[in-house]
Amino acid sequence: MTQAHVSVQTQDSAQARHNASATIAISLTVNGRAVSAVVEPRTLLVQFLREALDLTGTHVGCDTSQCGACVVHLDGEAVKSCTTLAVQADGRAVTTIEGLAQGTTLHPMQEAFREHHGLQCGFCTPGMIMSAVDLVARFGPGLDEPTIRDNLDGNLCRCTGYHNIVRAITAGAQAMGAPRDLAAE
Amino acid sequence: MFAFTYQRPEALSDAVGALAADGEAKLLAGGQTLLPTLKQRLAQPSALVDLSRIPGLVGITRTAEGLAIGAMTRHVEVASSPVVREVIPALADLAGGIGDVAVRNRGTLGGSLANDDPTADYPAAVLALNAIVVTDRREIPAGDYFRGLFETALEEGEIITRVDFPQVECAAYMKFRNPASRYAMAGVFVAKTAAEVRVAVTGAGQSGVFLWTEAGEALTSDFSPQVLDTLTPDPDELMSDLHGSAAYRAQLVKVMAQRAVEKAAR
Repeated sequence: MTQAHVSVQTQDSAQARHNASATIAISLTVNGRAVSAVVEPRTLLVQFLREALDLTGTHVGCDTSQCGACVVHLDGEAVKSCTTLAVQADGRAVTTIEGLAQGTTLHPMQEAFREHHGLQCGFCTPGMIMSAVDLVARFGPGLDEPTIRDNLDGNLCRCTGYHNIVRAITAGAQAMGAPRDLAAE
Repeated sequence: MFAFTYQRPEALSDAVGALAADGEAKLLAGGQTLLPTLKQRLAQPSALVDLSRIPGLVGITRTAEGLAIGAMTRHVEVASSPVVREVIPALADLAGGIGDVAVRNRGTLGGSLANDDPTADYPAAVLALNAIVVTDRREIPAGDYFRGLFETALEEGEIITRVDFPQVECAAYMKFRNPASRYAMAGVFVAKTAAEVRVAVTGAGQSGVFLWTEAGEALTSDFSPQVLDTLTPDPDELMSDLHGSAAYRAQLVKVMAQRAVEKAAR
């Protein structure tokens, strides 16, 4: 276990209002690794992951909780990390897109997105994959198309028209349920 | 976001104390509305008091009258609860249709009610079911709780702890979502007891959630969708914006109400 001691500093002209912008010490698990850090309370989880931990696989798309590019797992559940404070993850476990693969072996859902070309520009892909893995955790590996489309309404893709994403998730879910399960979580 | 300090009390009394000590402090429940509001700098609280570690605010209990649901119970928990599904299935349906999966994994019942967004779903259920909003200091009947756009009967520093929902004969919630924002442009919760039918409307009213009493009375004498054929809520009381005129919303309310009656009667 590596201890990463980092401090996120978000400079802000309005910071003056509360000069004593007290920082808070937090400890959490990120992709299986114990992390301790000192953060400002207003630091968003996505900001913490990207700027403090250099885990830039989690994307900020809309920054208004609409698009889902920032979806990560908090204690195994999909959440929008642009609408969660880092302090709210204190004492909890976060999994990001970087936490899915095992070494150079992609997670079955990642492999399915590659195989079925479930992306074009790739910007929404980390969130799509994290939501897809959450979907399998909730509904099991035998996902039908309406269930997938229904449950993807918090993830926007502006390139693909979703067809290949749905195909990828169908296949990825099946692969996750297969006996040679390589799922990382 | 403007800077704020952060507190995470482990007792309700400490949260009450934190709010009493600082008039500019705000409660943080699931944060699914508060955090976007802070990010847009539409609010500038001095401190956030996080309710997530206070015991006793989460959970769903079967009571003699119906259900007691803790204020910090998340939408995902209500949506997937076998107890809710058995006692008031319409409430589970409603919770399962709020926002999206990731929002439901964070958003809470108490947070939704304290915020009282005019397009929120839960207010319709609370009002139609004639639920009781329980706080750290009193019990507020649904009829007294909602006071307009983002306005409630909550006093300064008052904290919702749970909501008591009475069981009803049947109920259903139907909403028409804005295709872009996914918020309700008209959401109608219909609840039938032995004594009466209550029809609550969210998303459409100029002053937030309201009881459509005319429809409730008509449905009390004849619980069928057809009885609403000749009724429409007064457009003067409804919102008109770039998403739809008041007359359009009035029509949506009527149709959603009819579909809710049909679903409840099934």
